[in-house]
Amino acid sequence: MTTLLSVDRVSKSFGGLQALSECSLNVEKGSITGLIGPNGSGKTTLFNVITGYEKPDAGSVTLEGTEITRASSSRVFALGVGRTFQITRIFARISVLENMLVATQRDEGWLRGLTRSKSSKSELASAMEWLDFVGIARLADQPAGSLSFGQRKLLELAYVLVADPDVILLDEPAGGVNLTLINEIAEKIRSLNKSGKSFLIVEHNMEFVMNLCDRVTVMHQGADLVSGTPSEIRSSPLVLDAYLGGSDEVDEEVS
Amino acid sequence: MLRVRNVWWIAALVALVLFPLIETNPTYTTIGIFALIFMGCATSWNMFSGYSGYVNLGSAVSYGVGAYTITLLADHLNVPGNGDLFWLVPVAGVAAMIIAVPVGLIALRVRRHTFVVITIAIFFVFQLSAINFSFTGGTAGLQLPLIPWLETNYNKPFYYAALAVAVFAVLLSVGVRRSRFGLQLLAIRDDEDRAAGLGVKVFAVKLVGFTMSAFVVGMGGAIYAIFIGQIYPQFVFDPIFDISIALMCIFGGLGTLTGPLLGALVLESTQQYLAIRFSNGSLYLIIFGSLFLLIVLFMPQGIIVFLGDWRSRRRARLAEGARVVLGDAS
Repeated sequence: MTTLLSVDRVSKSFGGLQALSECSLNVEKGSITGLIGPNGSGKTTLFNVITGYEKPDAGSVTLEGTEITRASSSRVFALGVGRTFQITRIFARISVLENMLVATQRDEGWLRGLTRSKSSKSELASAMEWLDFVGIARLADQPAGSLSFGQRKLLELAYVLVADPDVILLDEPAGGVNLTLINEIAEKIRSLNKSGKSFLIVEHNMEFVMNLCDRVTVMHQGADLVSGTPSEIRSSPLVLDAYLGGSDEVDEEVS
Repeated sequence: MLRVRNVWWIAALVALVLFPLIETNPTYTTIGIFALIFMGCATSWNMFSGYSGYVNLGSAVSYGVGAYTITLLADHLNVPGNGDLFWLVPVAGVAAMIIAVPVGLIALRVRRHTFVVITIAIFFVFQLSAINFSFTGGTAGLQLPLIPWLETNYNKPFYYAALAVAVFAVLLSVGVRRSRFGLQLLAIRDDEDRAAGLGVKVFAVKLVGFTMSAFVVGMGGAIYAIFIGQIYPQFVFDPIFDISIALMCIFGGLGTLTGPLLGALVLESTQQYLAIRFSNGSLYLIIFGSLFLLIVLFMPQGIIVFLGDWRSRRRARLAEGARVVLGDAS
């Protein structure tokens, strides 16, 4: 397996808070990689650094050999990294379909938008196809702001997919979603993975992560604690300590 | 087949075309000219600020640049006081567009409220420059060539020029709303960082929208200048203009197509009428102030959106029972 996305000793601090300290992570091509850790361990900050929403203080991020460490978020997206947010970020005052159309082109000249209509036939077709895939095609003409929480999660997933990214970062896709929908989302991820997409998933739902992921990385206090297969992670004493509040002991081990 | 909505648009256009032919009293055609200038300017202001959420309170920069450009060009090129002056209107628009590029490069670096403050600051830089530079004539202003037309038909060419600019602004706004570019502006309004993360080149999109809007406002300023025949810094770089344009759009409905047209038509004609009727230039300010309090309190999304909601609510109620109908009829 080749490495698609590689994070190498990335650090980031906000004022006095060290959100990431020398955190490393690999996503293999064609894999589903899980990223778990207690609240505040830096998972979302790591997502922000990878996707260009935050600039790291040190370390590097590479995508198939191309350095994207300080690239803008639109550049990272253009290169094929799509993401969703823990708290969904959709365009509330335009329709669901228009939300999809915003994302149809990963990289387009900045003047091109002026000279063409909102969507070509093929863009419209693929937008509807993905809406259908996540099961909200019937809501296409509704303003996106009227969607429920779960539907927003699905819309965010759909508009990331419409741009055909190579690797998709999902921030808590199962958070606050009912069980039926969780299973549905897991199914979607599996079928997309079969068609060649790689995933990096942050999730607190252990069952979801352990069933879905090929490899799991555990983060603790801004650093990667341990990486391995789901079964290795389950039996790792370090992970138990991190989750069950034995943080002092872990600190001693790290230092 | 024509859609009902298009029939309304065509009817409105026909009425506007016929107005100066039926109503020949220059007092009223003058009101018409001002209303049309503001309809064009408000529509194009809305095309950027309404769609993108970047409220520009310095749009008089473009208006003033347009007015000064046409005046200075007419002087330097020795354009006589006839129809030839109108050919310079688009040139003035282009000048306003060129000036908008550096202004946008500075102001669009910041977001929302900071952007508003920066645009006001830049506006005052332009006003002070117009007062203090010698080529602008300072506070004495500048004269345009005298137009020796007969009084009875004097207003017509200006009226139709303003109408042409307003129609152009509406077509441009419709085109933008239907284009991918317009969709990107709306995405920026709702969540700029997210739009950037989905491949939208946000800065370029904002700058292009900003300069396109300046083009139309510059043409509006140019028509104002040749109509009035003389310009002064405090009247073309006018803070009341900045605020009026924004309020017209908020009054009608920010981000809608008909909102700015309705807002400009109602507010500008009322203002002109009150000024003539009571020969008191500030009375309208008191009336407008109260009006805006009411609008912001009870119809924060503007009249057009309010009426749309009201209609759909009313339909829903009519479907429920007949009691409401009786209430409405009385």
